[in-house]
Amino acid sequence: MNNPVLSIKNLKVDFRLEDGDHFHALKDVSFEVPENSTVALVGESGSGKSVTSMALMGLLPKTNTIIDAQSRIEFYGQNLLGLPAKQLRSLRGSEIAMIFQEPMSSLNPVFSVGDQIAEVLMEHKSISKKAARQRAIELLTEVGLPNPETRMNAYPHELSGGQQQRVMIAMAIACEPKLLVADEPTTALDVTIQKQILDLLVAMQKKHGMSVLFITHDLGVVAEFADEVVVMRHGVICEQGKIEALFTNPQHSYTKALLNCRPSLTYRPERLAVIDDFLGDKPYEVPAARERGYLHNGNIILDVKKLSTHFQIKNGLFSHTLLKAVDDVSFQLERGKTLGIVGESGSGKSTVGLTLMRLQQSSAGEVYFEGQEILGMSNRAFQPFRRRVQIIFQNPYASLNPRFTVGQIIMEPLMLHAFAETKGQGKVMAEELLNRVGLPKSAFNKYPHEFSGGQRQRIAIARCLTLKPDVLICDESVSALDVSVQAQVLNLLQDLQDEFNLSYLFISHDLSVVKHISDQIMVMQHGKVVEIGDADVLYANPQEQYTRNLINAVPKDPLNGGMLIQ
Amino acid sequence: MTSQTDNSNLTDESSTQSRSLRSLAWKRLKKDRVGMTSLVIVIFFILLSIVAWASDEQDDELFDDADPLAALLAEAEDNAEQYEIEEEPKLETLLLGSDGRGRDILQKTLKGTSVSVTVALFGSFCAILIGTLLGAISGYFGKWVDDILMWFYSIFTSIPDMLLLLSFAVVFQRGIGTLILIFALTSWTSVYRLMRAEFMKHKSREYVQAADAIGAGGSRKMFLHILPNVSHILLVQFSILTVGLIKSEVVLSFLGFGVDIKQTSWGAMLAEVPSELLQGYWWQMVTVTVFMSILVTAFSLLTDSLRDALDPKVK
Repeated sequence: MNNPVLSIKNLKVDFRLEDGDHFHALKDVSFEVPENSTVALVGESGSGKSVTSMALMGLLPKTNTIIDAQSRIEFYGQNLLGLPAKQLRSLRGSEIAMIFQEPMSSLNPVFSVGDQIAEVLMEHKSISKKAARQRAIELLTEVGLPNPETRMNAYPHELSGGQQQRVMIAMAIACEPKLLVADEPTTALDVTIQKQILDLLVAMQKKHGMSVLFITHDLGVVAEFADEVVVMRHGVICEQGKIEALFTNPQHSYTKALLNCRPSLTYRPERLAVIDDFLGDKPYEVPAARERGYLHNGNIILDVKKLSTHFQIKNGLFSHTLLKAVDDVSFQLERGKTLGIVGESGSGKSTVGLTLMRLQQSSAGEVYFEGQEILGMSNRAFQPFRRRVQIIFQNPYASLNPRFTVGQIIMEPLMLHAFAETKGQGKVMAEELLNRVGLPKSAFNKYPHEFSGGQRQRIAIARCLTLKPDVLICDESVSALDVSVQAQVLNLLQDLQDEFNLSYLFISHDLSVVKHISDQIMVMQHGKVVEIGDADVLYANPQEQYTRNLINAVPKDPLNGGMLIQ
Repeated sequence: MTSQTDNSNLTDESSTQSRSLRSLAWKRLKKDRVGMTSLVIVIFFILLSIVAWASDEQDDELFDDADPLAALLAEAEDNAEQYEIEEEPKLETLLLGSDGRGRDILQKTLKGTSVSVTVALFGSFCAILIGTLLGAISGYFGKWVDDILMWFYSIFTSIPDMLLLLSFAVVFQRGIGTLILIFALTSWTSVYRLMRAEFMKHKSREYVQAADAIGAGGSRKMFLHILPNVSHILLVQFSILTVGLIKSEVVLSFLGFGVDIKQTSWGAMLAEVPSELLQGYWWQMVTVTVFMSILVTAFSLLTDSLRDALDPKVK
């Protein structure tokens, strides 16, 4: 093996909590990043992967962090942990560079991108401003930003998310670092942009002969280009090794679970695997495949005809521009079936959901709910329909009122719509629902902040179920969740559909998730419908180029697209 | 740093009591020594003013033009032959001395404290009430409602504060009620701006949309959902306003527009100071200043601690 660029030895990090207790974030973590290679650090939230990268960059808060005295983070044999701040600072940015998850918040909004790249160069290479700007143009050309000479003077907000991330990469490679730490660099990006950025990272890694430590929660993302993988959970390394070995023959049950939890494009099991399936003694058996598709029996619950939602955007005191967020969209939703809506950010897929709920004013078109037009109704006439279409939002951290207890959250709709006559009756119903979504009774008196993301999404689902809806709009409802939790919530949604014959409108940017849960799929771009059809047909034989691009951008694992079944 | 693996920490019936955000904030505040000391001082002052109100009957006696020492002096004179005077009578009777007209400064200060604190507390409470109500309406409904209220606000703020205070003071009768009214009418503007912004921000939050989706009405969303989520800002605003109003009261009374002639307050007391200082009587000024600085400092520190406790991220 080559001389390692980075070797982390027995890294132990504790956090001092508010109440004086210690939280063991990292328990004895050791791994190496060899020269000229890409190592992926994979783990879900709370696994300690970000703590590892922050410890490496010296970015952990000094006041409440305790790093064990035996721990070593060696960069070419030099221990970074003992290094004085000044020396560490000169290493950071020149020898070790970092790219963050949110390019928008990592770039300074009041400086042009050219200035920001030039600043890095002047700081570490002590070259003149003119030379620095010249080099910045070269770098922007290298990372594939169109018109680099003019884009030099653009401010971060004038660039798209993908372009911003390109600028971040240009800044990171400006000083030709030996090690690039990429902390979830593509998580905030669309799937096609993600592919471009990953390709760029691979190209840069090869060209400059640097090593990349790629941190991600998604094993699927790294499959195509990482050399080695380190899988972490609860601050401990579960498994590490060459990528092929890990994918073809995972040893640790957690790795197996992670590989199987993710919905695949090629196979659709009755239920997705969850972590618990692998922790028991019994070997995991793959459930039978589930058939999907519309029945075409005319049982249409929601019929949308030529729906348009336009926004007027003020760009001056008197002038407006018209943004066609949703433009001439028509689709049908069969009872008990799922329509998946996929598209990149800005495609208008979320606006469709909000318009259907009348949370957003429509501009044109009709929506028939069981044959009755609902958009033109008065508010009073719409009231009985309101409860029958419910929505589960993307971010379970934002969609629950933090000042309400779970009990209050679930009982509010019950009392508002007089489903429960007394509080006692409401409590019984709420507890039944909590039980149905897999939460214990004790959750009733707790506050949302005491729950994890997956649990909160269950609370949100329980709240929707109180009103016995017919249609459930899931607006990116599993996107913010870890892969393993995502599988649990998807299974729950499937169970509820089977039990209550619910119809779902499933909005997501994640093609494999949509493929897993949907009977029919609608692809949207710039507010228009690109293609609509039965899930399996559409994936097997996409008619439009845009659909093909989307499907091709989904990361493949080494066995080329197939999910690994152990 | 919570693990997202489901249910592991919930399956067993949890024995630890569930805590609301507010009780968590209280827990943080309890650990803050400066904050707790300030809180004790503030509470002490508030109790002091309540006690001073309760013992109201002394009021007339205090401001009787007759020398409050007259009876004692007469008695002392009568019995002069029977007693040996061991201590200075002034010290024995009046702990902090007397003012130019022979009134007990300690008693006056206590009375003044109660007036000043009451005016400031009720004034800022009313200002918060007005500001929150208008801000909530303006921010939540937006559009023309917001425009109208914003015009009203702009007109109000274009007049200098002191001018507004003085003109209100001239028009209304002097007295505590008037002061509270004046303060409420002049200082709601900052609260209004803040609440308007908060309501605008929160009305598009997902939890409010979720409430919308289950069919909650406008006032329910405004006051049951959004208001508790912005109440920590109000609490901090309340204490900032109170400090400001204590000072405003002093200025106003100093200028002669403050409390009624028969009442006293810190400002009214300070108004007497210039003429007293000429004669070398410094103790009234020192007493009032010490009382006022202790309360104002405690209130300001409490504001800081409150902010830290309620919003630990912005430390």
